[in-house]
Amino acid sequence: MKTDLVVRVCMGTGGIAAGGTEVMEAFKKHLKSKGLKAKIEKNCTMHKVGCRGLCARDVLVDIVVNDSKTTYQFIKPSMVERIIDEHVINGKPVEEWTVPEDYHLFHSKQVKVVLSDCGSVDPEDIESYLNVEGYNALKQVVTTMSPAETIDVIRQSGLRGRGGAGFPTGTKWEICSKETSEHKYIICNADEGDPGAFMDRSVIEGNPHAVIEGMIIGAYSIGADAGYVYIRAEYPLAVERLKNALKEARQRKFLGKGILGTKFNFDIKIKLGAGAFVCGEETALIASIEGQRGMPRAKPPFPVYKGLWGKPTVINNVETLANVPYIIRKGAGWYSSFGTEKSKGTKVFALTGKIRNSGLIEVPMGIPLREIIYDIGGGIENDKAFKAVQTGGPSGGCIPSHLLDIKVDFESLASVGSIVGSGGMVVLDEGDCMVNIAKFFLQFTQSESCGKCVPCRIGTKRLLEILERITSGKGREGDIELLEDLARDIKATSLCGLGQTAPNPILSTIRYFRDEYEAHITKKKCPAGVCKDLLSYVILAEFCKGCGACKRVCPAGAISGEKKQPHTIDADICVRCGACFEACKFKAIGKG
Amino acid sequence: MEKILDKIYKNHKDNEGNIISLLQDIQGELGYIPEDAVVWFSKKLDIPASRFFGIATFYAQFHLQPRGKNVVTTCCGTACHVKGSEKLLNGLVRELGLPEGESTTEDRRFTVEKVNCVGACSIAPVVIVNNKVHGKMTADKLMKEIKQLKEKESED
Repeated sequence: MKTDLVVRVCMGTGGIAAGGTEVMEAFKKHLKSKGLKAKIEKNCTMHKVGCRGLCARDVLVDIVVNDSKTTYQFIKPSMVERIIDEHVINGKPVEEWTVPEDYHLFHSKQVKVVLSDCGSVDPEDIESYLNVEGYNALKQVVTTMSPAETIDVIRQSGLRGRGGAGFPTGTKWEICSKETSEHKYIICNADEGDPGAFMDRSVIEGNPHAVIEGMIIGAYSIGADAGYVYIRAEYPLAVERLKNALKEARQRKFLGKGILGTKFNFDIKIKLGAGAFVCGEETALIASIEGQRGMPRAKPPFPVYKGLWGKPTVINNVETLANVPYIIRKGAGWYSSFGTEKSKGTKVFALTGKIRNSGLIEVPMGIPLREIIYDIGGGIENDKAFKAVQTGGPSGGCIPSHLLDIKVDFESLASVGSIVGSGGMVVLDEGDCMVNIAKFFLQFTQSESCGKCVPCRIGTKRLLEILERITSGKGREGDIELLEDLARDIKATSLCGLGQTAPNPILSTIRYFRDEYEAHITKKKCPAGVCKDLLSYVILAEFCKGCGACKRVCPAGAISGEKKQPHTIDADICVRCGACFEACKFKAIGKG
Repeated sequence: MEKILDKIYKNHKDNEGNIISLLQDIQGELGYIPEDAVVWFSKKLDIPASRFFGIATFYAQFHLQPRGKNVVTTCCGTACHVKGSEKLLNGLVRELGLPEGESTTEDRRFTVEKVNCVGACSIAPVVIVNNKVHGKMTADKLMKEIKQLKEKESED
């Protein structure tokens, strides 16, 4: 009997952290020792794939025997031999390890464009991308279409920048294409600094060629002769796969001089970011590529007129570029059939925080938030109550439970004080303190402020000081109004997007959770039990069994008591770390 | 050191005079940016040392002090934050007895660092121990890991 066997092991950053490399090795070892590999030779392939979304279940493994696919979750090397014996040899999948029903639900509500080949193509093998029509769009563009025609397709598709601002991509390309200059540049912004977002990392790790193809098409459209990918050094795997993909693309003449036999010359360099959030701002990014401190400058002139080395430059986000080959191949009408009137197509989100199915998702614009949280995300972890979802990271805001039916698109999110942003969605439950969340984001923006303009440099510092005061029980009457006042000024007068949006998390948490701020200020209480200085821990004598678990974990030595007798906490020594609260099995520790 | 700096200088000439790349090369070779190296390049390239320091202190990637043999990096992104990264970090500081404001132990065996986000949010909280990413970290698992490293250190 002829057997075809494909083993796909998820090896994104998540998959590798969960032990993907070891699982792959185990498959190699066992298939070899059982003589299977030799027997089915060419019909046996084993490869790495990028992110397929549900990273919380890693290591995910696909076994495809004669075109019939089974997906396993939480796979460890020790489980591999049984899978080979029972499934590959005897044809009976190991049911207890396969993914349950909700795995399919996680995928069924999604519409995949950018991620359509992520998780099935091998990101380290260009052949694999070519097999799914990869680089066909590029061939079509450079051999049959003019730059103007190409731009027209992108404009008609309604594609808007996926990095946060949502500027129409076709318009940006068109402006740049009309500039005359000896050199022009296209830059792929992969400086994904928004904490809580990993869309761009996953796309590059899972399908780097789609990004490269999109970039070459962009270069052809605007007439650029050189390109840069500005990528975070914190993403070592993505950098490595991108380097390899660029090398492969050069060998195939998709990059370099005379691309595909035409007169079009273009090549791409990688620039490693050195760890500054503000470099996601385009003028700061340009300064950084030029080797300077990444400080934004006033716009206009916009980079499409005067960008890198003073030349016309288009800067597009990773996800924006990865959409391009699919739009060219399948048509503008196909792409714009997804989404809403003003927000076309799909958007990739990183769904994280207190959610059951955390991972990477791609949904049509305009999908109700409730469907993302409950149908795709599977609801809140540990059956706790949903409190809010934070979108757009430090530049965005929170959306509370009474707005769960809102549609997720550029306009709707803006109307409730948040943004789509680059696509981070952090889900918060009843145990999260909104004042603490606002403080967390301000700590971030304050430390990442480049210091060039006064409103951002000093303003964010003052905002943070007020929040620190509130969360440590020293809040004063009138602090909320002071925050609102200062926030408005900073938004109105900062130089770049970082400062203009930095107060958003404060404004939106005050808007929806004003009572929590008031409880911190007037009652000196943190309702969610998060802010350390407002908490005290006591041992409830009637529940305490005197097991000593709390005493052993206390780092400060604040707990005393005889064995089998109720223990006590010395409030003066207690550092309020909460270790005892977590260690106690009898719920004998009270927090409040 | 002079030899290494000379080598970096030669590579640098092809690199469009980019100070960031230069600093990245110095750190890649020496593990951090020593003051002497900056002064050396400042003279060689006739660029004021203040410009090098301006750039080196602007970007989180650059270290002006030598780092420990073992580097433990706690991710402090939003997802890790809501899943308790602060507790992990406090635990590390306590376990290694780091003085306030310091990131490297006196014996230079351990450096504890924060990173804004490593983009592995669905396995939060994340701690990177010597370049290996560990997901869904707990205080217990982390302490075990640190104790193992400490034992290994004392064997060496």
